[in-house]
Amino acid sequence: MATQPAELQAALNRRYDAGFVTDIESESLPPGLDEDVVRAISARKGEPEWMTEWRLEAYRHWLTMTPPQWAKLKIGPIDFQAISYFSRPKNQPKSLDEVDPKLLETYDKLGVPLHERARLAGVAVDAVFDSVSVGTTFRKELAEKGIVFCSMSEAIREQPELVRRYLGSVVPVGDNYFAALNSAVFSDGSFVFIPKGVRCPMELSTYFRINAGHTGQFERTLIVAEEGASVSYLEGCTAPMRDENQLHAAVVELVALDDASIKYSTVQNWYPGDENGVGGIYNFVTKRGDCRGARSKISWTQVETGSAITWKYPSCVLRGDDSVGEFNSVALTHHRQQADTGTKMIHIGRNTKSKIVSKGISAGHGQNTYRGLVKVEKGADGARNHTQCDSLLIGKKCGAHTFPYIEVRNPGAIVEHEATTSKISDDQLFYCRSRGIGEEDAVSMIVDGFCKQVFKELPMEFAVEAKKLLEVSLEGAVG
Amino acid sequence: MNAVTPDSGLHYVEDFTRNKASLPGRQQPWVVALREAAMRRFLAMGFPTRHDEDWKYTSVAPIERGRFLLSSGQPRAVDKPQVDAQALPGVHLLVFVDGHHVPTLSKVDALPAGVSIASLATLLERRRSGIETQFEAAASYPSAFAALNAACMTDGACVHLAKGVRLDAPIHLLFLSVTYGLAAHTRSLVFAEEDSHAVIVEHHAALGTPVYFTNTVTDIVLGRRAQIEHHKLQQESVRAFHIAAITADLAEQSRLISTSFALGAALARTDIVAKLNGEGAECSLDGLYVADSRQHIDHHTRIDHNVPRGTSRELYKGVLDDASRAVFNGKVIVHPDAQRSDAAQTNRNLLLSEHAEIDTKPQLEIWADDVKCCHAATVGQLDAGQIFYLRSRGLDEETARALLTYGFAAEMVQRIEHPELRQRLDGLLRGRLPQQLEAEVLS
Repeated sequence: MATQPAELQAALNRRYDAGFVTDIESESLPPGLDEDVVRAISARKGEPEWMTEWRLEAYRHWLTMTPPQWAKLKIGPIDFQAISYFSRPKNQPKSLDEVDPKLLETYDKLGVPLHERARLAGVAVDAVFDSVSVGTTFRKELAEKGIVFCSMSEAIREQPELVRRYLGSVVPVGDNYFAALNSAVFSDGSFVFIPKGVRCPMELSTYFRINAGHTGQFERTLIVAEEGASVSYLEGCTAPMRDENQLHAAVVELVALDDASIKYSTVQNWYPGDENGVGGIYNFVTKRGDCRGARSKISWTQVETGSAITWKYPSCVLRGDDSVGEFNSVALTHHRQQADTGTKMIHIGRNTKSKIVSKGISAGHGQNTYRGLVKVEKGADGARNHTQCDSLLIGKKCGAHTFPYIEVRNPGAIVEHEATTSKISDDQLFYCRSRGIGEEDAVSMIVDGFCKQVFKELPMEFAVEAKKLLEVSLEGAVG
Repeated sequence: MNAVTPDSGLHYVEDFTRNKASLPGRQQPWVVALREAAMRRFLAMGFPTRHDEDWKYTSVAPIERGRFLLSSGQPRAVDKPQVDAQALPGVHLLVFVDGHHVPTLSKVDALPAGVSIASLATLLERRRSGIETQFEAAASYPSAFAALNAACMTDGACVHLAKGVRLDAPIHLLFLSVTYGLAAHTRSLVFAEEDSHAVIVEHHAALGTPVYFTNTVTDIVLGRRAQIEHHKLQQESVRAFHIAAITADLAEQSRLISTSFALGAALARTDIVAKLNGEGAECSLDGLYVADSRQHIDHHTRIDHNVPRGTSRELYKGVLDDASRAVFNGKVIVHPDAQRSDAAQTNRNLLLSEHAEIDTKPQLEIWADDVKCCHAATVGQLDAGQIFYLRSRGLDEETARALLTYGFAAEMVQRIEHPELRQRLDGLLRGRLPQQLEAEVLS
């Protein structure tokens, strides 16, 4: 390939626009974790007794567990006692109008407007800054329709019955190491409840921001769609550039009852570390959707460009007859990033359908693994799955791996899996270049085409952002 | 990782200690040292459990509990006609009964110059046999079963092909099991030097339906431009346990054609590893497993593209009826710098019964960028449209199903070039169909 032009060389140091730190006074719990810390978190959030007990039960269970070793990831040892499990801006706002202007500025810089412009954008936002939610927009408008969209802390206080009924019902406290840790110390997150028959009139979104150093973010999101309800939810995340590895261990639970549909989109742009693999977020997330009702539908779309290490398998439990699960993913690893991501589709009900589209892009020394499970249980007559996972390799030192598990116990099921791995072909590049398109642009165009199937599942604003993000992330990858 | 209980496999260690004085090579220090080292390795590893990723779907606890005994003495006498019924026509036949070579039952015709076929037991009795190095190379033992095999091996075939030799008639290695409760640890070695060519049929069968344990290992070394066809036909007793490992090292531009037909055994596990160590090497791994009743058939294959410009092709098909279960795990690993590797892998499964289960996992690990790799896996049932078509042509439902099932599986048989072997496999396949197909339907 051609030698690198000077401007390309300059761009080699990957830009991470969201890498700034907001200088804001925050109060944090001292680092360390024991039962007192769990109690302290619960107390600070003014939680009822049952919630504290729930957390303690999770904590005790967590102590008996060991971190998972099976993923194709090299993870440095994590000192759980060196992390502060709670951090929040000192000035607690009563309403959005009282929010610290510095905070608003932060979100403006990130392109997440919490004020007037948000109204124009027509997206309701819940902004989570370190451990707490700093504001939720459009609450009143949503409440008129009976929709609850608030932070988890508020939900525990104001909607205890709903939270109690659904929290931990999809991801039990002892599900896995990081889910147990999250259950013990989770600080905030979003709660969405769409009542029977209501279609949510706007996109709901949460923006997660890690700001303080030496902290971890442990958010918990719960979305419940009652019979016939539907909602589309977006999630975005960023963090400052730091030399330390920060832990982000979130749990997301989705519950869809009869005829309900939930669409969950993520654009994950945590700080990925520098080109030598120093710093970056450890993104260890448990996401699971439960298609509890007949004809329900849950669809996951994710664009994963950030994080030093991603360990994440958004899954669907297709319990209801005729329920549908979807997973669309673009995962990009560059420099020393590692990603072990994929999905699980558990077919339990009859005529359940699932579709998996996974696009992995590896550049630099990046390691990208698709790990997926398609399981068809005995009673799942007529179950249908189609899986497609493609990997694109850019550079000689990267790796792309595919580990699909297929377990079928029903003769009426049709399961198909196909996967390809290749690099951008010289022919494709040559064609573009012969049309006067520069190499960098050509690569970005080809990559965009490679990912199109997934991008088209994203809501429009996000699709544009995702495309841009991918371009930025890939800068300097060719040459 | 290995959840080894202290007594995991202890019976096999004790049995080895009791019988080692009667194993071949007892007077040769290198053999004794090899056996002891392998036994220590086995003891350290213990039998795999379902906590081991490679044994996630297959439990070998029945083998551990079975306490099978080493067959160290003379094998039982077997009627020659019973053997002849199993043998393929026009081949060099080596017969092993309960893990021991029986020359009176074997029939090796005049071999061309440069070809030697010997029994492993006789080579183990020699001070220098030329096979030591192969054991040194294999001494890392990928699994506990391979280590147990090296410690306890009683016999096997050693085939050596000199430079440029072409052996036209296939070598038929017939491993017969006849005795209840025995463990047969056989090990075969194939050395194919530059430009040589041979066809080897590794055939495991039983007389009657005894319960026994076969633990077999085959090492194949291919020199430059050598070509080996290795066909494994597993027809063990339906109550037997069968563990097999096949490892092939491929030099430049050599070519391995491997097939595995698994029809028998209560529990069968075959591990096939092909290492493409020379540029331009090529391998094709094909397999067919047909299981019914409560059979459990597991195939694990691994293809290592270690150097540039290797080609690998893989197609495995399975037909599962009753409460049978099959496992397929195909790994393709393209190591760093193995540029221009070309790998394609496919696994297709047909589930015929509501109690059958398939666990398949095609797996790609790619560490180089200039590669072309793909894999595919499917699980399904017979196509309703095709059944309708056949019924509209006057076939009843059952016959239509049998015909389509046959068509699905027969593709694997038709890929065999050797006519006698193909015919034999075709007959076996028809015998396994849910309903006997009448001749006119197939003609």
